[in-house]
Formats: sequence, C-alpha cells, structure tokens
Amino acid sequence: MGEPLAELAAPPSGAPAAALSCDDLSVGYGSRIVLEGVSLDLKPGCWTAIVGPNGCGKSTLLRALAGLQPAHSGVIFLQGRRLQAWPRRERARRLAWLSQASAATDLTAAEVVALGRFAHSGWLAHRQADDDAAMHRAMTATGSLAWAQRRLSTLSGGERQRVHLARVLAVEAPVLLLDEPTTHLDPPHQEDVARLLRGQAHRCGVSVVSAIHDLSLALTADRVVVLGHRGVIGHGTIRDALAGDWLSAAFETRVNVVEHQGVHLWRPALEPITRD
Amino acid sequence: MSALRPALMHMSTPHGNTEAARRLATWLLCCLAITALLTFCSLIVGTSSIETSIGWILAPDAQSSVVLWQIRLPRTVGAWFAGALLGLAGAIAQGLFRNPLAEPYLLGTASGAALGVTLSLIAADASVEGLAWATKLGVTGAACVGAAGATLLTISLSRGVLQTRSLLLSGVVVAFLLGAITQLLLLTKPEIWRTMQTFLFGSTGFISWSSAALLGSVFCLCVVPAALLSRGLDALSLGEDTAQSLGLSLPMLRLTLLGVVSLATAAAVGQVGVVGFVGLIAPHLVRETLSVNHRQLLIAAPLCGGALLQAADLVSRWIISPAELPVGAVTACVGGSYLVFLLWRRSRNG
Repeated sequence: MGEPLAELAAPPSGAPAAALSCDDLSVGYGSRIVLEGVSLDLKPGCWTAIVGPNGCGKSTLLRALAGLQPAHSGVIFLQGRRLQAWPRRERARRLAWLSQASAATDLTAAEVVALGRFAHSGWLAHRQADDDAAMHRAMTATGSLAWAQRRLSTLSGGERQRVHLARVLAVEAPVLLLDEPTTHLDPPHQEDVARLLRGQAHRCGVSVVSAIHDLSLALTADRVVVLGHRGVIGHGTIRDALAGDWLSAAFETRVNVVEHQGVHLWRPALEPITRD
Repeated sequence: MSALRPALMHMSTPHGNTEAARRLATWLLCCLAITALLTFCSLIVGTSSIETSIGWILAPDAQSSVVLWQIRLPRTVGAWFAGALLGLAGAIAQGLFRNPLAEPYLLGTASGAALGVTLSLIAADASVEGLAWATKLGVTGAACVGAAGATLLTISLSRGVLQTRSLLLSGVVVAFLLGAITQLLLLTKPEIWRTMQTFLFGSTGFISWSSAALLGSVFCLCVVPAALLSRGLDALSLGEDTAQSLGLSLPMLRLTLLGVVSLATAAAVGQVGVVGFVGLIAPHLVRETLSVNHRQLLIAAPLCGGALLQAADLVSRWIISPAELPVGAVTACVGGSYLVFLLWRRSRNG
C-alpha cells in the first residue's frame, strides 16, 4: 500500500529480466484456439528455436508474440512493459519480425533493408549516418551487399530471404522473432544463418526466437520450445529436450537424435540401402 | 564508423543506382515533351470551322483568340490535370490494395461521384430550394459528397480497412449498386438523361479556366500527402503483417490514402465525367518501362495519366471531325484493349 505502481510493474531483482515473456497466452483464429495457456520467458543473449510438427502453431505463436495476432487471453511483456502499451514505433525499434513468406517486390534490396530503419527514421526517410551503418552491417552479415541495387523480383528465393533477414537485422532490435529464417537457403547458407543468429544472441545480447524446420539445425540453438498439437511440450535447454524425449512426444512418432562429437543430429529411421 | 563510410558511399551511389536515376529522368523528360507536343496539337485541332495552322496560332484574330485561349487551352490543361488525378488515384489504389488491377472505379468511388452529380441535377430540377442547394454545392461538391459517401459505404461494408480482399469485394458491390441506382433515377427523369449522357460517357468539352484551376489545385493538394506516405506503400508491398511490424500505423495509412483517392477521383469525375481506364493504364505503363519504388511511381503515373487523357481528348476531337466523340469512349476502347492484351499475355506466360 502506498507504493508507486511503477515499482510493482518492475521485474523482480536478481534473475536477469526477460526480454520478452508471455503468461497464460491463448491465441487462435475466430473460435478455433490454436495455442492455449502458453507461458514463456525469453532471456536476452539467448537463441531459442521453436520446433514442432506442421500446423502446431509455430507461426501463430511468433505472430502473437510480435503483436500481429490478437490474443484471446493472457499477457505479453516486452522488456517488462505490456506489449500493447508500447507506442507503435518504439515497439518496432525493440522487436523485429520476419515473416515466413518473403515478398518479391519491385524495390531494390537496399530499399527493402532501408524499410527496416522505418521505426528509427520515420516517414520522410531522412537517413542518418547510423541508419546507413546499421544497413551496411546487416547486409554484410547476411552476404547481401553485392546485390544492394538489384530488384527483389530479379533475385532467387534464397537471395531474397537473405535480403529480408538483413532488413530484420537492420532494425537492431533487442528481440528478433524469425519465422523459418532458413527457408529457401542451401545447407551452407543455412549454417551461415544459424551462426549469425547465435552471434547476435551471444555477442550482441539479442534475444533471438526462430521457428526452424530442420531438427539438426534447431538443436544447435541455446534453448528449444517444443510445440505439439496439444500445446507446449516443453521449454528448456537442448539437454532437457533430449532427456525428456520432447521431440518424439511432439511429432507423435519416434524421433532419433544421435550425438556425434558433441553435435546433436537428427537421424532418419530409414534402413540404409545395403545392395550395390 | 569511419571505416564504414566508403562502403556507405558505395551503397548510396553505385552504378545501378545512377543508371536507374538516369532512366527515370529520361522517362520523365520524354513524358513532359509528349505533353508539350500534345498541348500544341490540341490548340490547332478542334471542331470549330476556323482555320488551324501554325501561322494562325502566331497571329490570331479576335474570334480565334477567344477559341484559342478561352476554349482550347483550358480544355487541354484541364484534361491533363484530370488525367493526372486519375493516374495518381490509380497508382495509390494499386499500391494500397496490392492488386495491379485496382483503380478508383473498383472502390465504388467513381460510381458514388456520378450518383452525387445525378442527385444534384434531379434536386435542381425538382424544386427552387433544390436548385439553390445544388448551385451552392456545385457539380464538384456533389461529386465529392457522393465519392466520400461511396468510399465510406465500401469501408463499412468490409468492416474496416484491414482486409484487402473484402475491401475490394465490397468496392465492386458498391460500384454496381450505385451504378444501378443512377440508371434507375435517370430512367424516371428523361430530361436529365440527355444531360447526364455526356457526363456518364465522359467529356472534356465543358472545361473552363475555373474548372482547370480547380483540377490543378486539387492535384497539388493530393500529390503532397501521397508523396509523403509513399514509403508506407513500399512497406505495404512486403505484406500487411510486415508493414505493421515495421512500426507503420496501417489504419492511418489506409484512411489517409483512401481519402486522397476519393478526393482525386471526385474532382476528376466532377469535371470530366466518368472516364475509365486512365487510372488503370497510367501506373501500368510506368511499371512496364521502369522499375520504380512508390515515390517515383507517384510522380511518374500522374505525368503519364495526364498525357494519356490529353491524347484521348485529341483523338476524340479529331477522329470523326467535325463531330466529336465522348472522351470516355476513347479511353474505354484503348484501355479495354490494353486490359485484354495484359490478360492475354498473362495467360500465355502461364
């Protein structure tokens, strides 16, 4: 009693504050509930992979966390403040989202990446030196600088994906929500993206959350959120996930993961072909 | 930071960029040159029997100078501005709905404007108060009220401006509905039918200096907010969710741009009647020949639309001279064939 409200809203001291968290979140389309009672705590400096079977709500969860999908119930906190309470542009500066479909437009790659700076530079697009620097860093990191002046419609799917990734990185937000950032990419470039995401988390202290289809790639993340058709199976480190066999529970079939020199690999259960 | 500067210089002015800028500049200059040529031709082509030659333009007598400066010049200037407004409205609508076939007519805006004009004519015909009211509002005022009403009806039918597909669908419904109401009203009033016929076909024949000035000032009023919000249309081309995640306010963007589209369409329809297809073709022609972002498109499409309507106006006066075709018939013929060509090419390319 008598204490200011701001004190109550502040996160408890001690444990590092969550960059993004949700409590008892339920989302769906119309009357169809896709996810129910999801509570997550996404820490800064940590790369979290979301895995699960098709249609289990990975994209829906990311969209809800990005504030693009209204929640039926529950609350989302971004840096300790309710997501809906943030002014639009300030929120966009702190939270960047990559959609699953990478649009092909007539804009050049540089123009698309510059749109990532919208929350900083505003309507008149008056780019400052730090906007240019952020764009340059993002395009270098994703290897898309070479085609800065090419139209997106003339690029291949993988090249386009890297441009969109550069646009998300150019926001320089402390929270990145990425829906399948490795789609359309060849395996070496998938590895590059995984390395990039890990670097963003470990070196820049960003909280990275990405839905990833490739299980071996997802198991290189710091933590996993495993989703099944009936909600969250588990949220924890890779070791927790393997010890509890969350993947088998999520996919409702036996999922074999082998460890080879400290790396976890998904092994298909197909019998190897023995004849010549 | 300093190490980054050379690379940034590279990013803001590499070869591709300067070449694209040069192409755009050449294109705009060509458009302006064509406009100048068409303006000149419009001055020496007409349905009146007076002489039309270059020597006559340089030394006109009293009667010809009235024809020249009070009829032909305002007509061609007004036609340019009306075309520019339609081109601008079409370019915005196509970006806003992310549909290359969107144009002001698809929103019901043009049908609403035509209904507004019809109602004001009927009111003027019916009673003295109605006449006073219609005179006060004017043709453009009535068109504006109709256009705004139709756009609001479309928005409320689609329950807001958030869903692109439902917005387009309700636009088409509103266009058909208001068109049918206009036709029914005109059936009951045969004397207004004759006046409205030229209007519904579209005609540049009634443009005076005052209407050209009105079209010009509405154009200036529309092009400024459109250019300011062009970055929002760029963002929208990446998808609605992505645009929202970038920090744009989609309802604000949509409402403002819908307002601009309504105002531009209402002004054009109020002065030249229902002229179709200019808003569809102008942005298409720009995109066929140039790869542009929306800021460039919103400059190029009005220039192209203006030249198009001037050319259509010229053809309408010249093709069956000394009689005159409604300019809307010319744009419908050319625009319709172009649309068929687009669809044919799309189906051929699979």
